Amino acid sequence: MKVKAKAKNNITSVRVLAKHPMETGRRIDKESGEKIPAKYIQELTCEHEGNVVFVAQLGTSVSKNPYLAFSFEGGKKGDALQLRWNDNTGDVAKVEAKIK
Amino acid sequence: MNLLSKAATTLLLISLTSVSYATPEQDKETFQSFYTERFPDISKADFGDGVYALDQDARDQWEAMNDFPPYEDNLEEGEILFSTPFENGKNYASCFENGGENIRQNYPKFDSKRNMVVTLELAINECRINNDEEPLPYKKGDIAKISAYMASTSEGSEINIATPTSKAELAAYDAGKQYFYSKRGQLNFSCANCHIQNVGRKARSETLSPALGHPTHFPVYRMKWESFGTLQRRFDTCNKQVRAEPLPGQSEAYRNLEYFMTYMSNGLPVNGPASRK
Amino acid sequence: MAISRRKFINMLTVGSTACLALLSPITSWAAWASDAFNATSPDDAYKNLFGSTDTVDSDEVKLKVPKIAENGGAVPVSVKTNLKDVESITIFVKDNPQPLTATFQISAKTIPDISTRIRLAQTSTVTAVIKADGKLYSKSQEVKVTIGGCGG
Repeated sequence: MKVKAKAKNNITSVRVLAKHPMETGRRIDKESGEKIPAKYIQELTCEHEGNVVFVAQLGTSVSKNPYLAFSFEGGKKGDALQLRWNDNTGDVAKVEAKIK
Repeated sequence: MNLLSKAATTLLLISLTSVSYATPEQDKETFQSFYTERFPDISKADFGDGVYALDQDARDQWEAMNDFPPYEDNLEEGEILFSTPFENGKNYASCFENGGENIRQNYPKFDSKRNMVVTLELAINECRINNDEEPLPYKKGDIAKISAYMASTSEGSEINIATPTSKAELAAYDAGKQYFYSKRGQLNFSCANCHIQNVGRKARSETLSPALGHPTHFPVYRMKWESFGTLQRRFDTCNKQVRAEPLPGQSEAYRNLEYFMTYMSNGLPVNGPASRK
Repeated sequence: MAISRRKFINMLTVGSTACLALLSPITSWAAWASDAFNATSPDDAYKNLFGSTDTVDSDEVKLKVPKIAENGGAVPVSVKTNLKDVESITIFVKDNPQPLTATFQISAKTIPDISTRIRLAQTSTVTAVIKADGKLYSKSQEVKVTIGGCGG
C-alpha cells in the first residue's frame, strides 16, 4: 500500500494505492484454461488516534490496484495513520503513514 | 531577342531563383504552425499532452489517474536500475554527459563519426556493452524503465535537437521525414494521414493525437501495456494497426524517424514519463 | 470479526493493553456485505444492502464519472455531497456481473467525498447512492466503454 496524506485547516486528505490483483474469479488463465480463483480486497480501513475514520467495503468491480481518496476532520502534520485491508482469501496488509 | 536566347535567359533566371528544398528549420516552423493555427486555444507547450490537450472528458480521466500515477513503482525501479553499478564498478552516469541527468532533451543525436542517429535507448545499451554487460531488449522492460527515469530528470527542459546541417545529418533527417510522410501497410496510411491531416478527428472511437509533442512524453506508461514502452514500441503498434510490418528495435528507419519527429518538437518541454490509455 | 461477550468482559477484567491491541477493530460497523456483493441484479444488491430499492434521484448527489471510458478496467469515479447526516456512499454498476461495486461507511468525522477507480464490463449506468438521515438519494450516469480503434 502506498499512502499520501496531507493535513490542512483541520482536514486530512488521504490517497491510497493498494497493490492487489483484484481477481474477479471469472478470468481464464491462458495457459491452463482454468478460471483464476477470485482474490479481491473486501475491506479497507483507516484509523487515526484510535478512531476509525474510513471504512471501505469493496468487491470485484473495483479496479486492480485499488485507488481510494477520502478525507476526514482532524489530524495534523506528523500524526500517524494506520491503514489496513483484508481480502477474501484471508490475506491482510497493514501500513502506517505519517500525515504531511 | 531570338527564341533560343529567350529560353537561355529564362533558364538562367530560373536557376538563379532556384527552388530549394525547405531546410529542417523551415520544416519545423511549418509543422509547428500547422498545429498552433489549427488549435489556437492550445499553447505550443501543451501539445505534449497529446489527446488530453484536445478532449476534456479524456483529460479529466487522465488527471484523475495522475492523482496517483500508475507508473510510480516502475519509475522507482528505473531509478534503482540506473544507479546500480555494473559488475566492473562503473555505472550509467559514467557514459553520459552530466552523469545522465537532465539530458533526455538532447536525444536523438547524430554521431558524425559513425554516420548514424543515436537514440537514448541505443546509448543506454552501448553503455552496457562498453562495460561488459549484456544489452537489454529494446522497446520495453528494463530499458524503458531506465529511459523513463532519465526522462524524469529532464522534466520541463525544452527538446533541443541540434539542427541537421551536414550532408550526413540531412540525409538521416530526410530519411526520417520520408518515412513519416510515406503511406504503408494494407491500410495504406502514413503517419501524416492520421497525425497531421486528421488530427483531432476520430479513427473509429479513438481521437487522433497531434504529431507535435509526440516524443516529449516518452517512455510512456500505457494502461493497455501496464508497463513503460519506448517511442519505438509505439511505432510498432502504429505499424501493426495499418497492417504494416513492424521493424526491429533501433533499426535505421526507426532511428531516423525518431530523429525527424523529435526535431519537429524542438522547443516543447519534456513531460515524460507520462501515462496514456 | 465479532467476539463473544464473555471474552470481552474477560479482557476488561485482565486489563492488559496487549489484549486490547489484539482487539483493534477491523470493522466498526457491519461485516463485509457478502449477500449484497454477490447479488447479480441491481435490485437484489439494493435490497440486501439497504433493505429497500426506494431511492430518489437528487442533484445533491454529485457523481463525477466520464462519458466515454478511456479504459474499462480503470474508470475514475468520485461522489460527494453537501447533505447532512450521511451514513454511507455506495456505487453500483448496473450491467456488471456484480452490480454492487463499493460501499463507504461515513462516520461522524468522515467527509462525504470519495474517489476510486472501478471496472465496467461494458457500457453501463453507474449509480451513486447516498444514505443520509435514513433516506436513499441517488444519481446515475451512463458510461460508454469501447474497445477502441487505433488507440486499441
